[in-house]
Amino acid sequence: MIEVHDLTKRYGDQTAVDGLTFTVKPGIVTGFLGPNGAGKSTTMRMILGLDRPTSGTATVNGRPYADHPDPLHQAGALLDAKSVHTGRSAYRHLHALAATTGIPKSRVDEVIDIVGLHQVARKRVGGFSLGMGQRLGIASALLGDPDVVILDEPTNGLDPEGVLWIRNLMRDLAAQGRTVFVSSHLMSEMALTAEHLIVIGKGRMIADTSVSGFIENAANESVRVRSPHANALHDLLAGPGTTVLSVDRGLFEVTGLTAEAIGDRAAAAGIAIHELTVVRPSLEEAFMELTKDAVEYQSTLIGEAR
Amino acid sequence: MTTAATLETAATIRPRKHVNLARVVKSEWIKFWSVRSTWITLVVAVLLLVGFGLLASSMFGDGSDPGGPPGNEPTDPVGASLTGTNFAMLAFGTLGVLVMAGEYGTGMIRSSITAVPRRLPLLWAKIAVFTVVVFTVALAASAVVFTAGQAVIGDGGASWSDPGVARAVIGTAGLLTGSGLLGLGLGALMRSTPGAITTLFGVMFLLAMVAALLVPDSWSDAVQYLPSEAGDAFTAVTQADGTLSPLAGLAVFGGYIAAVVGAAAWRIKRSDV
Repeated sequence: MIEVHDLTKRYGDQTAVDGLTFTVKPGIVTGFLGPNGAGKSTTMRMILGLDRPTSGTATVNGRPYADHPDPLHQAGALLDAKSVHTGRSAYRHLHALAATTGIPKSRVDEVIDIVGLHQVARKRVGGFSLGMGQRLGIASALLGDPDVVILDEPTNGLDPEGVLWIRNLMRDLAAQGRTVFVSSHLMSEMALTAEHLIVIGKGRMIADTSVSGFIENAANESVRVRSPHANALHDLLAGPGTTVLSVDRGLFEVTGLTAEAIGDRAAAAGIAIHELTVVRPSLEEAFMELTKDAVEYQSTLIGEAR
Repeated sequence: MTTAATLETAATIRPRKHVNLARVVKSEWIKFWSVRSTWITLVVAVLLLVGFGLLASSMFGDGSDPGGPPGNEPTDPVGASLTGTNFAMLAFGTLGVLVMAGEYGTGMIRSSITAVPRRLPLLWAKIAVFTVVVFTVALAASAVVFTAGQAVIGDGGASWSDPGVARAVIGTAGLLTGSGLLGLGLGALMRSTPGAITTLFGVMFLLAMVAALLVPDSWSDAVQYLPSEAGDAFTAVTQADGTLSPLAGLAVFGGYIAAVVGAAAWRIKRSDV
């Protein structure tokens, strides 16, 4: 369980994290979403006591992380694959971390097997690919068999097989009753693994919701209608609370009416319909819609900028 | 496979143990010996200490110019055999900087602090491991080069039983260790390997020279309190005029280390990483 209350971090006059309050519950994967620069990594670092909050509190299993006598057993984290001395072997890196809490060497071998690094475990980390570094970071996160697992962009640099492996791993960890808190800037990635979402933009809370709730709230469904009798159909459907948008010759996008209602009305009026499709916004579109005002680094079309 | 592996092992690390200083020392011991730079700097330091000591000893008293800047010729056989001290200080000092600044340079510090979020045990453990290893190595090398150097010098040589000799040899190991600890503290303060190395060597080698040039005569008493001069006070057999006594020198040098390490502790405890 992670509890964050009114957490704020300022750097000079820049506010990186602005009064966040949320709870990450055990037993499910909670996605932490936001555009680049939204404050996800800073929030995670404050949860782990690496950064000092300007105000507010963050606790792991009921206490500030640094106050636990057995921190690696409370929470394991992958914050940055490059949090390793490049001159040390993967095995010695994990062995040194394990030694701080009296974790036996046998566990070091186990986590190396879990992440599939046994062939390179004795090699210097400096020669690792991004994906291998990511696996090493996950190995160190699992080292203490922690109740809480915090992963910052874990799929960065992984090949498709690695991405699939991470997804299964996160689900397995949650199924074991652990708290799994994982950040991403890709909505599609989270849709496949997370049950709950915390969405932030510019350091502020945008949504704290289940994945399905997120999609429903973010953007409206519309219905695409194709008919040879466009004008008659347009008059039939238009009305308060309904938007009929002409997309192409004989093609509309209707919002505010269900596909059933449109079909029934057309049938009653004797208008032929050639297509009737419910258009659901993709998760990615829903996410973009929700965070469009909170994007830190917005790409602007040259025409728009004028 | 993944599920089975993580599930099964949940039992293998119970009971869950706590972080304590002894465990952090063990962790730092593993870290210390598992990077190449440790071995390289230690070997280089010993070679410099022994090599220059033997070279200077072989030239001591035969009237030949030992080379190097004038005015630095060793005037006593003990000093001759320990000529390599300043060179070895480069290597031990670098090792001290690397032990701490290397963590910041590579990002390792984030992993270290996640494992030891109270932070300060990391610093104390690093100091403990560094002090034990470097003092042992430096003392052994100093003793060897003193003994061998006196054998090379022959008739004019000093012996272990001469007054001040044992203190000078042990003091040399202490100076070398202390310089490394200064480097370690500067590494934590500056978080940059090049910055800390430059600062350390500037303080240990250049400050006294600059002071001698720039400080007015009425202030010249202050020069003896510089780290390098304080170090000289307890590593030389005889003290020239205008230098501290060995004990006072040791106290002043120790004071610098305490100040730098104290500032480092404050920075480590307070700063974001």
